[in-house]
Amino acid sequence: MAEEITIPGWKKWLEDIGDQVAFFFKFFRNIFSGGFEWGEFIRQCYEIGYRSIMLVGVTSFIMGVVLIVQLRPTLVTFGAVSMMPQSLSISFVRELGPVIIALICAGKIASSIGAELGSMKVTEQLDAMEVSGANAVQYLAVTRILATTVMVPLLSLIGDVIGLFAGFLAINLRDSISFQLYFHKVIASLGFSDLFPAFVKTIFFGFAIGFIGCYKGFHSNKGTESVGIAANSAVVTASLWIFVIDAIAVQVTSLLFY
Amino acid sequence: MDDVKADIEQMPKARNGEEVVIAIKGLKKSFGKKDVLRDINLEVKRGENVLILGKSGTGKSVTIQCIVGLLTPDAGSLKVFGNEVAQMSDDELKQLRMKFGFLFQSGALYDSMTIRENLEFPLTRVLRLNDQTEIDKRVEDVLESVGLLEAIDKLPSDLSGGMRKRAGLARTLIINPEIMLYDEPTTGLDPITSREISHLILEIQKKYKTSSIIITHDMECARIAADRMLIMDDGKFIAEGSFDELHQSSNKIAASFFKDIL
Repeated sequence: MAEEITIPGWKKWLEDIGDQVAFFFKFFRNIFSGGFEWGEFIRQCYEIGYRSIMLVGVTSFIMGVVLIVQLRPTLVTFGAVSMMPQSLSISFVRELGPVIIALICAGKIASSIGAELGSMKVTEQLDAMEVSGANAVQYLAVTRILATTVMVPLLSLIGDVIGLFAGFLAINLRDSISFQLYFHKVIASLGFSDLFPAFVKTIFFGFAIGFIGCYKGFHSNKGTESVGIAANSAVVTASLWIFVIDAIAVQVTSLLFY
Repeated sequence: MDDVKADIEQMPKARNGEEVVIAIKGLKKSFGKKDVLRDINLEVKRGENVLILGKSGTGKSVTIQCIVGLLTPDAGSLKVFGNEVAQMSDDELKQLRMKFGFLFQSGALYDSMTIRENLEFPLTRVLRLNDQTEIDKRVEDVLESVGLLEAIDKLPSDLSGGMRKRAGLARTLIINPEIMLYDEPTTGLDPITSREISHLILEIQKKYKTSSIIITHDMECARIAADRMLIMDDGKFIAEGSFDELHQSSNKIAASFFKDIL
């Protein structure tokens, strides 16, 4: 029915940025407008958080083991094999854990939000909500974005603990260290400047994952293939944003703490 | 809300003195280079079922999407209850939409919710009802009126096409709309279910005293449900009249819709 307007790529890109900014303000305007959807928020926390624990746990465990296995030969060369707990804790808690867990969440959560809302758009459910006078942004987007903002940092903390525990098991495959000594070394090597910035950036990662998932879903075209496009584009864009936020966070952290 | 109510009292009257709930003059809408609506003029009176007939892609759905503010027209005047839709604020538009029932072609039921939850949604989110007894009563009453009470706790995916349409109708009726907009209500249904839905549209008009715009290309639905019919082609209305008047029309496009009707 409607003929597509042919506009240059750069204009489309600028339009997309403009739409994202407008959606960002729409999100903030609707957080508490006419009450908060607590029921849906808690349901989303369960869907996003609880249902991702297994994936995050397995990934973190494997990462902990792999890091120790990879670190060991280098540390042996320098006669610093006893530094394995510290090396793992700093690299895992400060950088690898938050980023890799956020990327895993982008793959699982942003795609599922993008596909779910995209499919609601295709089947006119979003229009139906809008036409009935209900606030679709508040019910669908605000709850999901806040749920990811809360749950991704929690998943990241859980992932850190599992990854560090996996490191303990991995060290004991080749060497020997007691549980108490291992965690004493891990905790002693971590300071406020390691933990706080890493935690704060996971909040931004969570927001980006939820925001991009919802934006892509709400702005998908009408047609079945657009559901796939929304899901795919949500993952790609959210992953890109995670790296951008990480790069900014590293700069800010080094300015403030080092 | 009060503004809308006040305007209802000063609503324009049609030439014969009847209240006009929707008044459209010179409405235009384009998508890129394609002019979808060229010059739409339409008046819908209170309690009237107006049926818009036309081939796919002639702009029927775009017209009703403009009426509820889902699309913004490029030119022309579109007044609902005497208020210009394009000049309404978000809040005014939200209040106005509470007076509309919109039956989407697919039913547009929220597929993660049961039928009960689908119907409770506008009551708790739009009308802000808290009394669960009243909510339950309204849900059961409206489901009974569309003959779907037995499906109250089922998910939309467990229902047939006709049942989904009925559930979609129930969800729109639960907030007692004054205007119903039906977007191809019988598309994809078998002839028997189509006829049932058409009769249901007629019952709704009588029971809920609604004014309606029905978009369709189902002639059986037109015969049963329409008080007045308009035929749309290439973004404008080319013929208007009752079912019988259009049946006798010499207009070629109108005649092509009636060629299989005895």
